Amino acid sequence: MALIVPSERQNSPFHYLTISPLMHNFSYLQATKAKEATGAKRDDKSSAFIAGGTTLIDLMKLNVENHDQLIDVNMLPFKGIEQSNDGLRIGALERMSDVGEHKLVMEQYPAISQSLLLAASAQLRNMASIGGNVLQRTRCPYFRDTAFPCNKREPGTGCPAKEGDNRNLAILGTSDACIATSYPGDLSVALIALDAVLTLENAKGKQRRVPITEFYRLPGKTPHIENVLEPDELIVAVTVPKAEHARNSLYLKNRDRASYAYALTSAAVGLDVQGGTIRSARVALGGVGAQPWRSKEAEQMLVGKPANEATFRAAAAAAVRGAQPYEHNAFKIDMVQNTLVRALMEVAAKG
Amino acid sequence: METNFFEPTLPPTNVVGKPMDRVDGRAKVMGAARYSAEYPVNGLVHGVLKTSDIAKGKITSIDTAAAAKEPGVISIFTYQNIPKPAKVPSTLKEEKKWQAAQSYLPMQDAEIHYAGEPVAVVVADTLERATQAAALIKVSYQVEKPIDSYHDPKADLFDPQKIQNGKTDGHKVRGNPEQAYASAAVKHEATYVHAINHHNPMEPAATTAVWEGNDRLTVYESTQNITMSQGSLANLLGIPRDQIRIVTHHLGGGFGCKGSFWPHTILTVLAARAVNRPLRLVLTRPQMYTSVGHREDQEQTLKIGATQEGKLVAMMHEKKSTTSPWDNYAESNSKVVNMLYACPNFSARYELARANVMTSVWMRAPGEAPGSFALESSMDDLAHQLNMDPLQFRLLNYADKDYSDDGKPWSSKSLKECYARGAELFGWSKRNPKPGQTRRGKKLVGMGMATATYPVHSSQGTARVRLFADGHAVVQSGATDLGTGTWTVMTQVGADALGLPPEKVRFELGDTRLPTAPGSGGSQAAGTVSSSIMAAAEDLWKKVIDMAVGDKKSPLYKAKPADVKVELGRMFLKKNPQKGETLVAALSRSGMTDIEGMAMGKYGSGYEEKHFAAAGGAAGSPEEPGGKNEKGEGKKPSGHSMHSFGAHFCEVEVDPDMGTIRVTRWVGVHGVGQVLNLKTATSQLYGGAIFGIGSALMEETFRDPNYARYTNHNLAEYHIPVNADIPDMQIEFVPEKDPYINALGVKGIGEIGIVGVAAAVANAVYNATGKRLRSLPMTPDKMLEALRTSA
Repeated sequence: MALIVPSERQNSPFHYLTISPLMHNFSYLQATKAKEATGAKRDDKSSAFIAGGTTLIDLMKLNVENHDQLIDVNMLPFKGIEQSNDGLRIGALERMSDVGEHKLVMEQYPAISQSLLLAASAQLRNMASIGGNVLQRTRCPYFRDTAFPCNKREPGTGCPAKEGDNRNLAILGTSDACIATSYPGDLSVALIALDAVLTLENAKGKQRRVPITEFYRLPGKTPHIENVLEPDELIVAVTVPKAEHARNSLYLKNRDRASYAYALTSAAVGLDVQGGTIRSARVALGGVGAQPWRSKEAEQMLVGKPANEATFRAAAAAAVRGAQPYEHNAFKIDMVQNTLVRALMEVAAKG
Repeated sequence: METNFFEPTLPPTNVVGKPMDRVDGRAKVMGAARYSAEYPVNGLVHGVLKTSDIAKGKITSIDTAAAAKEPGVISIFTYQNIPKPAKVPSTLKEEKKWQAAQSYLPMQDAEIHYAGEPVAVVVADTLERATQAAALIKVSYQVEKPIDSYHDPKADLFDPQKIQNGKTDGHKVRGNPEQAYASAAVKHEATYVHAINHHNPMEPAATTAVWEGNDRLTVYESTQNITMSQGSLANLLGIPRDQIRIVTHHLGGGFGCKGSFWPHTILTVLAARAVNRPLRLVLTRPQMYTSVGHREDQEQTLKIGATQEGKLVAMMHEKKSTTSPWDNYAESNSKVVNMLYACPNFSARYELARANVMTSVWMRAPGEAPGSFALESSMDDLAHQLNMDPLQFRLLNYADKDYSDDGKPWSSKSLKECYARGAELFGWSKRNPKPGQTRRGKKLVGMGMATATYPVHSSQGTARVRLFADGHAVVQSGATDLGTGTWTVMTQVGADALGLPPEKVRFELGDTRLPTAPGSGGSQAAGTVSSSIMAAAEDLWKKVIDMAVGDKKSPLYKAKPADVKVELGRMFLKKNPQKGETLVAALSRSGMTDIEGMAMGKYGSGYEEKHFAAAGGAAGSPEEPGGKNEKGEGKKPSGHSMHSFGAHFCEVEVDPDMGTIRVTRWVGVHGVGQVLNLKTATSQLYGGAIFGIGSALMEETFRDPNYARYTNHNLAEYHIPVNADIPDMQIEFVPEKDPYINALGVKGIGEIGIVGVAAAVANAVYNATGKRLRSLPMTPDKMLEALRTSA
């Protein structure tokens, strides 16, 4: 029994879902207006927005996420990559590949471009949206396999990662309940370094702006709560302030294979160096934090100092102070410092 | 009529060897080539496996109520209701018809022995509905703490006496290794660790079972060996072989995991008969990690003793590894250590520990791949210890006979030529022997090399050749094509056997209705099937020669058949080659539309025994006492030891801050007898090296120590190399003629490409950094750790 899909709605990559009603379990709504989408979103987790679907469909196939309704937001007008008064404004529905290859982003916000182009594969970058990327969920194996207990997936069941496969998990910001790198990707590391602001819109059509530094939540005792997004809120745009440290920025990623792998460690850095002295600095680390890890400690060690390796080493040491490693991920303490120093050296040389 | 076509020379070739495009290439690109899960079958229903969450314990209840209510669900099978097979599986060598790699069949009782073990088969009208219903089944367990591996503190290591499920001795002593090692002037001892690896073929394992009544069965099966699948099913179901048809036209890789019979196939077949519908079951990607075996987690300790001048005097090899609760499987790593160099004293022993894992299985160069990592890394260390060039050190210990096999001469060995040509192509002379000296920007650069080898296993198979008077031919053999080119290369062989252009020859494979061939495994398919086609062609030649010598119109009229020879489809008088005609010309005058030849062809020692022993050649008596050699075979009747050889040369860049190792150049030169198709052969050796680079740098399946369950059973976190990891590679072959191994002198090339690769990379890393990594994979964390610690 094939449903008739209005022709104007067939633009979404997911329109085919409507003609496959045999796979029970969720309904599908293709929203054409923002309020249609946010208004349909329920308070519990029974409904979800879908844009690129590269994380969501994956987790639904694994039975990690089970939704009764998917709300396709691809038709909504949250597009555009432009320089505004606030800086770079990216519509949340722009695709990773389009943003990563955009001239403005490449020239004025290179760390953002690099973080996007070093992520995933070409096929995934062509599908995945910017808003969805920010909400990417952890690759912690215990979260992704329902045969294991996991406090993030089922609160109160425990965290086997601490005595298990924790090689790729976090060393900063973790809690007894969860040691996942809750966001495993790259983009938010660059965004958090460059003080990005997320614009959220709710079912009443009201927008609010949340700095990405305040968007993610550390696991604490509630690792299942990952951010401050309200159930009816949709990310509609990302704004990144224009700044010299944004223009002179860089994203460096270290991984097990040369492409198509999550970061073991990564660093997004931006420097404004004048006359050999660092005027402003931005530092964020990936692969090591329970959330994308902005290191103000490292930035403080950089500002006002000469842009040289000794300064960078001191900043790197400050960035990992308090790190708590587990059996298989202690190497990240050294590796992330080296990653950060390398990134700072390269960006300082670039000027 | 007595003709002797088996002179110790090889026939001339025309199409054979050429870099011909794949005959199945267009069909594959267009999506027309059917893989095992793609056959359209009327009334097909779909099966999905529900697997165990736990690794050890007992099922206390299975609630299928919700699942059964799902629309479209036809049946749900658990241990409580699945029909029993006629026989239980066995891995015993005596039961030759049953070639399971695992003797344990799940879903026979409530016990659970490994994570991912099947606990239910759900059958529904669509795949989606079966998947959904499987998710709704609730299984409750009484959980016990599992053992995860040989290094689990609770694991008991034991001496299995035999490994590979009884096929191979677990002990070997040659000479007096203890004494020779103790008194050696130069000693080296090291332990090497190899991670769990999975085969990860692109095509998951798939079974489509179609019953006609209760006793006739067709199975579209993703198997490297249709004859094995047929025999295993016949044995398990208690049905004669001839009533079971297996079809496998295309495989999306296998690397060994599709070379055995596994539980999901019999479970599908039993369920199909019970629901009385054609049933298809495709393993999911995660299920591929717990259904078709793996390369076991293992460590090897190798002691090597040498004289001050660098002559090897003793090698002692020990291996510890994990096996399943029922079977004694371990890759026989020591074979390659035993045979590769001239060393008079040798010993090997194996220890196993039972853990809650399924039985491991052969994976590309089983034994040779990890064994060569230990041997060739130690050889590199020893060369350094002796202050010798690693290549010179190998030449000093070059084995001009097989020390592991009573000093038999080689049937052919071109290793010196491989070394020389590889060194020249690579620029080995430019290598700085002192480690840690060469930089390229921030990167440390190093060069390493290693030797490759793989045995010619004895094998046999049959083929049929049918020549039509219009100059077309059909060549048939029930072989399989893993994707490496069997379709193409056997078309070329058929073309030369009959003297036809390849476009007039159709080769057919992958169906048990065709003449029986060996599976694609152990690098034996190319050599055996080509030999079978040549034997079948000879059978046809004889018939056409008989026609020609009795035909007044033939230039060969009244010639003695024994005086006639056939080359590239043309019959002629041995003493007067001008006098003759083509097979097709003689056939077209006969009034027959076609003529058929059929015969058995052999590969390896069996071939030599058959074709050289009678001629007073080097073969000995097959009944000679002496027990079994280390390869688990009876005393070989042949006079020659048969192996292919090659050399790898590798350049790496190591980032000393990031710990990353990237292979930047690769040269492989191999002596593999007659190359059947230069293009597909080169591709296969690229593939072998890439497979090896994967195992060297990134491949590892992590088994959680508390749950004995894999944590990275997907292709995002189980890393295999991507394009960016692989540099331009150069593969060459040295010309090599070997008349002893089979009709065309073909040595298989499926496995040699990976042997020695991990060591070549590790040796290059040592040359770059001065640090020796002995634990695979050599991931950035291990490299950084090694660089942190002082030499």
